[in-house]
Amino acid sequence: MIEVRIHGRGGQGNVVAAYLLAAAVIRGGYHAQAFPAFGAERRGAPVVAFVRCRERPILRRSAVERPNFAIVQDPALLRLDATLAGLRDDGALLLNAGREAAWNGTSAAARWVGLPATAIAEETIGRPIPNTPLLAAFLTLTGLVPLDALTAVIDERFDAAKAAANRRAVAEAAARVDEGAWADLIHEKQADRVRETTGQGR
Amino acid sequence: MKTATEGSQAIAQAVTMCRPQVVAAYPITPQTHIVERIAKLVADGQAACEMVSVESEFSAASVVLGAAAAGSRAYTATASQGVLLMSEVLYNIAGLRLPLVLTCANRAVGAPINIWNDHQDSMAVRDAGWVQIYCTDNQDAVDTTIQAFRVAERLELPVMVCVDGFILTHLFEAIDLPTQAEVDGFLPPYRFSRALDPASPRTLGTLVTPAYFAETRHALDAAHGRALGEIAGAADAWSAISGRESAGPLRVVGDEQARIGVLTLGSVFGTLLEARDEMPELGPLRLMALRVFRPFPVEALKAACAGLSDLVVLERALSPGGGAIVGTEVRAALSEMATPPRVHAFAAGLGGRDIPLSLLPRLVAAAGAETPTRFAIIDVDLDKLAPEDR
Repeated sequence: MIEVRIHGRGGQGNVVAAYLLAAAVIRGGYHAQAFPAFGAERRGAPVVAFVRCRERPILRRSAVERPNFAIVQDPALLRLDATLAGLRDDGALLLNAGREAAWNGTSAAARWVGLPATAIAEETIGRPIPNTPLLAAFLTLTGLVPLDALTAVIDERFDAAKAAANRRAVAEAAARVDEGAWADLIHEKQADRVRETTGQGR
Repeated sequence: MKTATEGSQAIAQAVTMCRPQVVAAYPITPQTHIVERIAKLVADGQAACEMVSVESEFSAASVVLGAAAAGSRAYTATASQGVLLMSEVLYNIAGLRLPLVLTCANRAVGAPINIWNDHQDSMAVRDAGWVQIYCTDNQDAVDTTIQAFRVAERLELPVMVCVDGFILTHLFEAIDLPTQAEVDGFLPPYRFSRALDPASPRTLGTLVTPAYFAETRHALDAAHGRALGEIAGAADAWSAISGRESAGPLRVVGDEQARIGVLTLGSVFGTLLEARDEMPELGPLRLMALRVFRPFPVEALKAACAGLSDLVVLERALSPGGGAIVGTEVRAALSEMATPPRVHAFAAGLGGRDIPLSLLPRLVAAAGAETPTRFAIIDVDLDKLAPEDR
């Protein structure tokens, strides 16, 4: 099981990021589920969403306690203990290290990568929405599923203009990180691959 | 064809495929996404129904009551305090024997206010006369919603489809959504035998004196007696179309040789199944999801418990001062067995508290207790309470 926790602020598209990631990994042949941490959401408040994926169907409906990966959309959220709590020692952190002060790298996670995702989003989409660049970086680092799976779900979810802008963000983010640098953290890949696909868009 | 989607979106899609003519609802967390989606489908011209925005759940229930009485297929959805605000009308709907489908996005009932999942809301209207089906996952929610209209219309009984709030309504995963043709083939157009019609005036819901009231109650109970067969028939017929397993009133998974069973309702069933798979050291277990709670499937339950020495009942609600709700009913039903299992009754997951996989070994351990637990809430932190409440 691979578990990802996505941290952001209300209005940053945190839940959308989780749904997009789940849709992309389902398209790539995995079973997946995504869900928000349920609360009284409001713009700017810290929010959390989760993605689970693996080769076999996922039946559990319990909370994610020990994620393999954390994706943090706002570096200021690192000031909250909850942001890195439970992150596995053999896990990794993907941080939107935009124009904010650089993070000093202290974490339970042995590995982390920073990406100027807000800047990329502003350049390519024209809005400071860092979620799709971060997802592109995550998939490029891990190789969990091909980047095409993400662009396909982006095409499904957004209108043509927004999809094109997000595709540019995806390409730009993917070029900024080391392809496969976290591939060793994706243990599920060695297991039998589910060939069942969702049939979406066909 | 599998579609990656949120539970609420899938339920909304399933509802509109059933071609309701009237939908009335008042938004309440965590039901909101369901009715938002239906409203959007109507606004986009993808669903031909009258979407009535009302000012309260009382009105939502009243509108669908009137719509059904006038011969329209009608639907509503609510949760928590919304169920309670509807409760008077819910009794009327069942008493008038009107076919309706309601999705309850199960949520705790205040005070204290809490938006998260448990089953206190639907349990509070347990005796209103509605069929109640607790879905184990979102595929079950989609399939049950479609079947619910058929069951409701054949029996002239309302059906409440209970779906765990947030845990299922906001869960995004791959779901097999049927085609419109499949639903049309399963669900014929609604014809209500007693539809109000100005051309042939009649009264609905008139005063019933003591001379007839007991008979109306008997009839309502008798209709529930027929409901198990109708629910099974709908499940089989839908299974033939969907290709998925026909869901009975009680889903039983596990070992025939098992001596210990765990019975629960709703989405925690999947968590327990996975826990069992991950912990073979727990030994043989029989896991049961009580899907149909009203009518209570006594015979299916007795059959499923044959050979068990201990049954743990895990539910997400309680009757303060009375203890277990489902656990007490299970205990009563199993007392008809020659050698009933001991019943250990617990509540967990109240007000959205997580139920992790690690609960299963604790339930199995509880089954070995010298004296069965009549009722207890799991993991209450007594230090948070005043001394007299501990």
